[in-house]
Amino acid sequence: MSISLSKIKSQRNMSISEAHQRVKDLAWTPDYAQEAIKYPTDYKFSKAPKDTMKQVLQSYFFMEEEKDNRVYGAMDAALRGNMFRNAEPRWIEWMKLFLAIIPFPEISASRSMALLSNVVPNDELKNGYTMQMIDEFRHSTIQMNLKKWYMENYIDPAGFDITQKAFGKCYATTIGRQFGEGFITGDTITAANIYLQIIAETAFTNTLFVAMPSEAAANGDYALPSIFLSVQSDESRHINNGYGTLMMVLNEPENHDLLERDIRYAFWQNHAIVDAAIGTIIEYGTKDRRKNRESYADLWEKWIYEDYYRSYLIPLEKYGLKIHHDDVQAAWDRITKKNYVHKVAQFFATGWPVNFWRIDPLNEYDYEWFEAKYPGWYNEFGVWWDHYRELSKPGSTPIPFADTGYVYPHRCWSCLVPCLIREDFIVDEVDGELYTYCSEQCRWTHKVAFADNYNGRPTPSMGRFSGRRQWEEVYHGMDLADIIQDLGFVRPDGKTLIPQPHLIFDDSAMWTLDHVRGYELRSPLVDLRAMNPDERKKHIEQYRAGFTIKPLN
Amino acid sequence: MRKDQAAMENDAIQSAEAGAKTFAGSNSRKYNYFEPKGRKATLYENVTVDVQPDPERYLLQGWIISFPDGTPAYSDKWTRIKSSNWHEFRDPNGEWERTHYTRVSAIEKQIILTLQNAKAEEAFQYVDRSWIEMLQNHLSASKHAEYGLGMVFQSAQRDGMSQMINNAILVNASDKLRYAQDIALYIMNIAEEAGIDEAAGKDNWLKNDHWQGVRKVVETFTASTDWAEQVFAINLVYEPLVGELFRSGFLMQYAASHGDFVTPTIVSTAEGDFERNLEYSVEMFDCFFNDPKYGDQNKRTAQEWLSKYVPLCAEAARQLQPIWSQPRVKVTTFPAAYSRAQERFHSILKTLGLELLKGVAL
Repeated sequence: MSISLSKIKSQRNMSISEAHQRVKDLAWTPDYAQEAIKYPTDYKFSKAPKDTMKQVLQSYFFMEEEKDNRVYGAMDAALRGNMFRNAEPRWIEWMKLFLAIIPFPEISASRSMALLSNVVPNDELKNGYTMQMIDEFRHSTIQMNLKKWYMENYIDPAGFDITQKAFGKCYATTIGRQFGEGFITGDTITAANIYLQIIAETAFTNTLFVAMPSEAAANGDYALPSIFLSVQSDESRHINNGYGTLMMVLNEPENHDLLERDIRYAFWQNHAIVDAAIGTIIEYGTKDRRKNRESYADLWEKWIYEDYYRSYLIPLEKYGLKIHHDDVQAAWDRITKKNYVHKVAQFFATGWPVNFWRIDPLNEYDYEWFEAKYPGWYNEFGVWWDHYRELSKPGSTPIPFADTGYVYPHRCWSCLVPCLIREDFIVDEVDGELYTYCSEQCRWTHKVAFADNYNGRPTPSMGRFSGRRQWEEVYHGMDLADIIQDLGFVRPDGKTLIPQPHLIFDDSAMWTLDHVRGYELRSPLVDLRAMNPDERKKHIEQYRAGFTIKPLN
Repeated sequence: MRKDQAAMENDAIQSAEAGAKTFAGSNSRKYNYFEPKGRKATLYENVTVDVQPDPERYLLQGWIISFPDGTPAYSDKWTRIKSSNWHEFRDPNGEWERTHYTRVSAIEKQIILTLQNAKAEEAFQYVDRSWIEMLQNHLSASKHAEYGLGMVFQSAQRDGMSQMINNAILVNASDKLRYAQDIALYIMNIAEEAGIDEAAGKDNWLKNDHWQGVRKVVETFTASTDWAEQVFAINLVYEPLVGELFRSGFLMQYAASHGDFVTPTIVSTAEGDFERNLEYSVEMFDCFFNDPKYGDQNKRTAQEWLSKYVPLCAEAARQLQPIWSQPRVKVTTFPAAYSRAQERFHSILKTLGLELLKGVAL
């Protein structure tokens, strides 16, 4: 007898709670050989809390497949609707930078699940890490695909076409590597739990993946919102994994000082890096200058200050954890009072010849909006952007070498964003070598947090800053044209630069290597180290005093 | 706004569509920083190659955060395999996020449909009781082996020297962990339908002599810190000699003759996974063994691994032998199944140009 449809449909659905119970019972305690501990941690583990997400792979795959179907459907619909006819080039250009950076932190997050699986003695959480591992794999390839899609359909593909090569070479993407490498190196709990899950995922993906999509849509780009809101919908799983892991290490009082160190380090680094990149893209990549549009500061207040700091971070104090309220306040002040985002944007625009995307000059609508949202903006930045526009014509002196009054900044050894808030500039020594920092928090990060002991206790698992961290040092003393050629930031004709300080899509208006020859790049740090003590003292004082932009002739 | 500024703005184009203007670079619509394997880059290559950079490929400043001993974010010291080009390997399955979800979702849908149908048919009432016990004791025990291997791959996907290597291992981890969970949920369903002891699988895994060889070798994999050794030993040694032996040589052979049409559906998904994972592993080690500089050295390393793992896997296989005589209907024998497994293993060795060293026997 055949089975009736009603009989099939009347079967009860699998209880996720029951299913999850079976899944966590898959693990066992080994007898024949012990798992090698590959990744170090100084944290201690005691009682294991529960994973409240209770998901199994069977339902996970259906859910993600459905999300993917919607995302790819939206991309097709965007093309059928001629999205690029109305999309703002100013916005899409910044996607060359953003989408060069972001797949690496995503895939690093995926890799970092190995760190957690290796050391966290909790089988429920390991199940959560599995899903997070696959999610992050999804995010990296979906973002690479979006970038390819822009390359194929946007008017100027140059920059997208060299994207991963550019990621390895650019002075701006190095900031993204500081972000992503932090997830996969050093102390496992510091890297994969506190830095990645507790701060980057729980706090800063809101500005990355919620604030940015709305700005994209305002600029006629409705592909990015489809993809990034789909990415963000996975983050709740990662936030849950992070919280579960945090609760486990919180149980052990010995861990508290390490947690305080790591929350402080991770919050400040996330602020310095994410706010620099996303703040600039949102504020300077947009053409939407409606007066009622929220500024990045408004979004930060909503997502980071209210939702994260007040609702998530402060409640951790009931577990006896000391939260660095002053750092949150300092980050907020940097955004609202010290013009951090605007100074980063000014720096990115200063460095345009070594970018691999175009930066559009600002216009009167932009000026008006900035002044309304950030009173005093024009006095500090307006004339400099006038210079930028004036010097955007090929044959002008490239703006980093022009006599505008702007002083090329030192680079911060910790966050790798330049030391743009001049009065906060700090110089210190670590192991007998001189370094520069954008802030006291970044000085502390290098000198105290990334050391082999903390508060008198050994921290042998903590990572170390390494490599050729300062981009300028790599090219110290070289000609700008040679640098750009070495970077490979030249269009297929072998002479026209990929970056341009404008959005004019015409060969006659575009800069070539000939226009940038004869200018020598110098590393401020190399020069600082070469000074005698008196020269150095004077230089530091002058740097802290800031600069005055000269009037436009 | 100044007059010349306004003129420049007027020059700006109205449409941002591809082809709206022609200028230097306006037709450069392919990622041009890597060499595709074939004539044209696949979508898999476009979304995968160089996402994990390398100081050998474009990473101008090197890795900028290290482990405390100075080991960088990715280190070639994490495996004994050497390569003059870690970025040469491409996963022949070309799996990336979307193809992974599509494939695995289809698998899960088939499993759910089959199980729904079986429950509606009350199919487990008609399955031979001796076979139900096999599922309770042995299929259920095998889920722990699959889980253990999945966790080994979950750890190994961190450490490879290229994005292509690590993504292939990641997909392997996903496959294994999904199958382990599928068995766990299947056993839960059988328990509801046929009243089996759900705890028996883990008991057998932990205590039954038949499974101790398997457990020993799976635990041995976890003790290694060499990601390439783990991929090699699991996919090229353990899987043909033990994993596939039990799945194809026992479960797939015996289920139907005991009235069970559900188990082969579930187990066949793991066999499909293995074919794919075998394919990438063979391709990956083919790259390593044909490396112009390190090929011979890599073969010697692999032969040492064979010496370590072949005896462990052969012993694990032999300890499973009594299971073949437990079902009521004797469809085949362990020697026949093991003989097929050996043939499979030898064909893999032949493909890779490897030989067992003297004294290493199956």
